[in-house]
Amino acid sequence: MTKAAMSGATTSGRSWSPPPFIKNPWLRWGIISSSILYLILAIASVNIDPARIARGLERGRSLFQAFLQPDFFTRGSDIVSGVVESLWMTVVATAIGVFISIPVGLGAARNMVPLPIYLVCRLLVALSRTFQEVIIAILFVVMVGFGPLAGVLTLAFGSLGFFSKLLAEDIEEIDSSQVDAIRSTGASWLQTIAFGVFPQVLPRMVGLSLYRFDINLREASVIGIVGAGGIGSTLNTSLQRYDYELSSAIILVIIALVMATELTSSWIRRRLQ
Amino acid sequence: MPVVLKNGSKTWQWRDRKTEWLNWLGWMAGAIVVMYCWQMIADRTNWSFVQDAPRQAANMIARGIPPRWEYMNQLWSPLWDTLTIATLGSVIAFFIAVPVAFLAAQNTTPHPIVRQIALLVIVASRSVNSLIWALLLVVVLGPGVLAGILAIALRSIGFTAKLFYEGIEEIDQEPVEAVTATGASSSQVLSYAIMPQVVPTIAGVTIYRWDINLRESTIVGLVGAGGIGIQLDASINTLRWGQVSLILLVIFITVFISEWVSAKVRELVI
Repeated sequence: MTKAAMSGATTSGRSWSPPPFIKNPWLRWGIISSSILYLILAIASVNIDPARIARGLERGRSLFQAFLQPDFFTRGSDIVSGVVESLWMTVVATAIGVFISIPVGLGAARNMVPLPIYLVCRLLVALSRTFQEVIIAILFVVMVGFGPLAGVLTLAFGSLGFFSKLLAEDIEEIDSSQVDAIRSTGASWLQTIAFGVFPQVLPRMVGLSLYRFDINLREASVIGIVGAGGIGSTLNTSLQRYDYELSSAIILVIIALVMATELTSSWIRRRLQ
Repeated sequence: MPVVLKNGSKTWQWRDRKTEWLNWLGWMAGAIVVMYCWQMIADRTNWSFVQDAPRQAANMIARGIPPRWEYMNQLWSPLWDTLTIATLGSVIAFFIAVPVAFLAAQNTTPHPIVRQIALLVIVASRSVNSLIWALLLVVVLGPGVLAGILAIALRSIGFTAKLFYEGIEEIDQEPVEAVTATGASSSQVLSYAIMPQVVPTIAGVTIYRWDINLRESTIVGLVGAGGIGIQLDASINTLRWGQVSLILLVIFITVFISEWVSAKVRELVI
């Protein structure tokens, strides 16, 4: 600290204040004022219709009351069949997604393949990661029709981006001396991959596939809203028919299911590590 | 090391016989489960539609290229709405998540019961997808941007608060003890010893969630909660594939930019 600043601070009693988060004052006030300006513009552009909200609150109350008394039994078979379908979709999609991700993940690792293959695989990963599962689900529903198959394709495509990216990052960080050792024994490319690369990334991959299973189950309970099978379609129908007791039962079932798989998978992952 | 006798000479093997068998059984069981699930899904699929899928896809792509560029004039306003939903949703979530996180962190919570309640809030918010929140809020508030903002906010509270409180629990206790030793009150300890340590985490997590929220705000419109999803839904329903491809391109670019911004900001603050 310079002498002038010190003496300035000591003239009228000592005081200290923490240093600002962003040091450059121009940048600091520039960011603060432009964020405030943006927030004002954004809030101004939200048009709120008080009359509609007042009407909505009445419905909100009946919705809330219905949530306090969920009806699990009147249409219990619909709930069960929706949940089971979501589970099927999750299992198949996770399996397919992980299998396709292995070659794509290898291709997206810069230290494994030539540049053209790398770029193609990275593009595939970027496409899958950019679009929400729901958007992809709509496109698949148009292609293969309503039903769980569209959901499976969607979730497999979503898992592809997630899994390949993490696999590729892992492969890029492996210990290359082990790969060199295998290669120096005269192993072919495939043997190098199988004995030099995969044993190094396998433990984390098992954990990640369980984690992705979790995510897929969450998504499988939602994409039904656009017609791709699972419990989501039942939920959407029930809301449209104002059958809020059923909706609340479905949402509670989804929450319970998500929490149960999350606990199980984190328990398994902790035991694996 | 597992070694077997083959033609009188010792040969190295990867695994011994028992692990080999267990491995094989595990794979077999997994394969049976997957095949069963696949069979169930296949039973519920209309295969004549699926046979038609390649033609449908080719048709979609042929009609989607080139995108209908002049439709862009009508997309600026929904794009602004999408940005508003993501940003205001993140801001609201931030203001609720910070106090919730301090109540949920073991070292800052006033009481164990308060901690359990805060954890419950976090779990409840995390377990419900933003699209489901949007469905419910559209029923209550009517279609529009407001429902989208609240749906995004409600979903983000749990995610951000969870990462915040994990960050708070990981702080270094020494500055806290040092500031306490000067006779500081608990609010002074909070602002001079705890806050400086967690601000980078809070800033990083918030901007990361904003990036995720921008992706999610592109879809809440599908159930009527504002943003570019409304245009996407309308274009798909009327089979205007030129507009659909333009919207997808716009989403791709927006998400790309937001990911870049979020990565840059996180690099700066952490």
